[in-house]
Amino acid sequence: MKRSLLLVGLASAVASPVFGQSMDHSMHNMPGMTMPAKPVAKATPKPAGKAAAKPAAKRKAPVRRAAPRRAPTASARAADPHAGHDMSGMQGMNMGGQRAAPAQDPHAGHDMSAMPGMGSPAAAGQDPHAGHDMSAMPGMAMEGSQAGAKVGTDLPPGNKPAPAPSGDHLADRFWGADTMANSRENDLRREHGGMTYYQVLFNLAEYQARKGRDGYRWDGEAWVGGDINRLWLKSEGEGGVGKTLKSAELQALYSHALDPYWNLQAGVRYDFKPNPSRTYATIGIEGLAPYQFEVEGALFLSDKGDVLARAEGYYDQRITNYFVLQPRVEANFAAQDVRETGIGSGLTDLEAGLRLRYEGRREFAPYIGVSWERQFGDTARFSRARGDDTGGFSFVAGVRTWF
Amino acid sequence: MSRVLDRRQVLRGATLAGSGLALSAYMPAWAQPVSAGIAKPLPTVSGDDITLKVAHQMMMIDGRQSHAIGINGTVPAPLIRLREGQNVRLHVVNELDEETSIHWHGLLVPFQMDGVPGINFPGIPARSTFTYEFPIIQSGTYWYHSHSGLQEQEGHYGPILIDPKNPDPVQFDREHVIVLSDHSFQHPHYLFDRLKKESGYFNRQRQTLGGLLAGKDQPLKERLMWGKMRMDPADVADVTGSTYTYLVNGHGPKDNWTALFRPGERVRLRFINASSMTTFNVRIPGLPMTIVAADGLNVRPIQIDEFQFGPAETYDAIVTPPDMRAYTLVGESVDRSGMARATLAPREGMAAEVPPLRKRPLATMKDMGMGGHDMSTMDHGSMQGMESGVTGAQAGSMAGMDHSTMDHGAGAGSMQGMDHSQMNHGAAGAAAGAMAGMTAPQAQSGAMAGMDHGSGAMPGMTDGQSMAGMDMGSMNMRDFSKAPGVKKGPGVQTISAMPVDRTGEPGQGLENVGHRVLTYRDLVALDRNPDTRAPEREIKLHLTGNMERYMWGFDGEKLSESPDPITLLHGERVRVTLINDTMMGHPIHIHGHFFDLVTGKGAYAPRKHTVLVQPGGTVSWDVTGEEGDWAFHCHMLYHMHAGMMRVVQVRKAGEAAA
Repeated sequence: MKRSLLLVGLASAVASPVFGQSMDHSMHNMPGMTMPAKPVAKATPKPAGKAAAKPAAKRKAPVRRAAPRRAPTASARAADPHAGHDMSGMQGMNMGGQRAAPAQDPHAGHDMSAMPGMGSPAAAGQDPHAGHDMSAMPGMAMEGSQAGAKVGTDLPPGNKPAPAPSGDHLADRFWGADTMANSRENDLRREHGGMTYYQVLFNLAEYQARKGRDGYRWDGEAWVGGDINRLWLKSEGEGGVGKTLKSAELQALYSHALDPYWNLQAGVRYDFKPNPSRTYATIGIEGLAPYQFEVEGALFLSDKGDVLARAEGYYDQRITNYFVLQPRVEANFAAQDVRETGIGSGLTDLEAGLRLRYEGRREFAPYIGVSWERQFGDTARFSRARGDDTGGFSFVAGVRTWF
Repeated sequence: MSRVLDRRQVLRGATLAGSGLALSAYMPAWAQPVSAGIAKPLPTVSGDDITLKVAHQMMMIDGRQSHAIGINGTVPAPLIRLREGQNVRLHVVNELDEETSIHWHGLLVPFQMDGVPGINFPGIPARSTFTYEFPIIQSGTYWYHSHSGLQEQEGHYGPILIDPKNPDPVQFDREHVIVLSDHSFQHPHYLFDRLKKESGYFNRQRQTLGGLLAGKDQPLKERLMWGKMRMDPADVADVTGSTYTYLVNGHGPKDNWTALFRPGERVRLRFINASSMTTFNVRIPGLPMTIVAADGLNVRPIQIDEFQFGPAETYDAIVTPPDMRAYTLVGESVDRSGMARATLAPREGMAAEVPPLRKRPLATMKDMGMGGHDMSTMDHGSMQGMESGVTGAQAGSMAGMDHSTMDHGAGAGSMQGMDHSQMNHGAAGAAAGAMAGMTAPQAQSGAMAGMDHGSGAMPGMTDGQSMAGMDMGSMNMRDFSKAPGVKKGPGVQTISAMPVDRTGEPGQGLENVGHRVLTYRDLVALDRNPDTRAPEREIKLHLTGNMERYMWGFDGEKLSESPDPITLLHGERVRVTLINDTMMGHPIHIHGHFFDLVTGKGAYAPRKHTVLVQPGGTVSWDVTGEEGDWAFHCHMLYHMHAGMMRVVQVRKAGEAAA
């Protein structure tokens, strides 16, 4: 009874990160999304385009030395209802009220001074594009702006259906179907998202100094695969200097990406130590929780029917862009006593650490820190009965490394 | 034109090297000169029959040797100078032990000559030769690069310059090609691999506890909010100056590549952003630039002081330096982690002050696709946010709006029908009626900016209470109902709840730089658009990604998942609306086509081949299908490599599947 209750609890604890990430953030307090009580419309909306164009227009011909290259064509002077307006904005609006606008220059509002080589101080239509037939320009001004007569990119799209994809490949006709099929596979698909990657990472690889019983510890993982499906290996363990290994385990997991942050992982775990060794079926979850916590939780079912669980989390706090402080917690649970391996039911042990690393090179970051370990409940009782210690402080020094 | 380096110039450069040392006092360490200036023009090839040899080589950057893949022994590859109307045969000799390819970026070529392995042709196998042949039917500034693996990052890129058949409408006395790029001394596969394992690997400008205590960057409350979202606002560029050296024509900032001029000359600078991963902010302190062409095609001259330069874009600018002095050309990376630097000077060996890097920007909620939420300003951006997703269909609804009525605040009635459905705010519903009708397509919403919002024409909007009622609590970072076409999966970290058209903005980090910055809305084509028909339909594509897993795609799918191609008919006119669901800018490029940006310029829309879609922003363009299979992708090389690519399948009407 007690066991099954515990199981349910563990399962939900393990699963909670998944649900936890459906983000229920009431954004009322989100800075950056300013929602003042009175969002009064700004009297002078400033699209940047306008902002950029206007000052330009004011600076008439600051650099004016070259002789005028070409007289403006008469047609370029045609009246333009857009003069002085932000052309970008006005297209398609009924400009009735603006028809009488006095400006005569289709370029008004544009920066004529900018026009290279145009000596004329007047904004009236020097043509920097000498040799170009500008007769089209006024036409454009008209079409583009007069009431209702929208053209080109100002027109709305229709709703014609898209043609169905054709199964053929036109390049086959030129270079041969087999050659192209091979190229599609190797040059196109594989090279554009179809690659296989791997990583080996030891988050902990350290020496632990404590009173009279120095030890070492590692916690690492390796994976290989694509973006969604990967083979993971995880290993962790510890031992005393000059003694045999205290614990050592290896997990082989199939990992499947559930969503942007979380992976579902299932496979087997084998404990080399403590004796007698055990094999477990494993299912767990691993990923990035809100607020950027790296979180991991797993359930283990041994070949003897025992159930264990583990939860682990850490956070990388950048002190600077080179020094990173990593608080880390790992807790192990058992659903029952496992006397052979000295495990008692409930929370068996907890490790809390604080490690400061230097990421001169991210792949090889030496660190120092402190670690506090503690056994609880029956687990601690079993240890004491064996004459082993049940935890304490250690100073640690190691390297976080990956490749 | 640039001069050829002769012996006398070399000697003069040597004597001036001494004076260069004196300049070092006011240059940051990374910009300490290793040379007094290199005025070497790019090697040029031209004619009807051109041979390009692709091979491994070494190159010198800031006095340091680096491996590269170059063409004809140079990085950038030689300038290919052609003439509109000619026919060209390009023999590409692959001396590598791996496949290569060349894509002619921005050139309109028969699709089988476009150079993308797996789409247009099978690639150029190791140790073999392939001959491209096509007519040159356009003019302007373009470039070429490998479309195989990550070779582009290794130096496999070069400029193309096509002289127009008719007299050039842009007058100039001298021209310089300015190829900006990013170079790492590490192998590109290594860089990509780092990103896959730790996406923030190259960012050494993240927010820190030290910064918080020093009162820098975001306050704690905002940091917590971003932390809760599992987002890093300092993530402005994936690969940064921590590994990149930013190059001008293959030279590092210390090399000080120099473009020569005589005072008073009109100098045409042909800028090409050939970088793999870097959006630059380009300026020449003290010297205004007049943009005369974008992506190779002429635009009406517009004078600016700075422009944001997405990967694969090109801009032509005219500058007229008046004095016998040097000017520094600055290409600052968008995250301000480094800069490309060159000098414009009357003679070699001169240098001007190199400005320090400016403060790096942090992403905002607008970059997160919540532009519409900044209701306090009620500006352009927020208006567009309200119509998110309603582009197009009701395009006409603005047409009948009476300008004068608006101005006089004659009221609510004038704007009937504004669609607030996207806004999610119940209480504002009452106001919605008053503003009804403003479902202009995003493309046109620039029009809103010109309206006098203060006039009381939109009473609902000035009512603070109704705004307060907006349901912010239900904000979901991945609300797939906002993006019906997007495949739900681990590759989609966020969906922009209220994406806005940001083509009227200067670009991330350039909002308040105190001088004129180019925006896409400043661009007006010089020539009338060749196709001014209304688009027959609209294709909406979401730019999606997951920074944590470093996955990138369109509509939640990577190319490796074999999504259906984007289908067009030959000659069909369609509107493509790109919605950026990520907090990074994406330079989106379509092969074989120019598209007309929908920025309210009617039949004079600026025509481009690559457009930078700002974080949380949208961009619409109209395009006419050209038969063939064409690549369509993000021009951030590692985004493309991660899967952010599609095939555009254009078929003649009779040949398309029913």
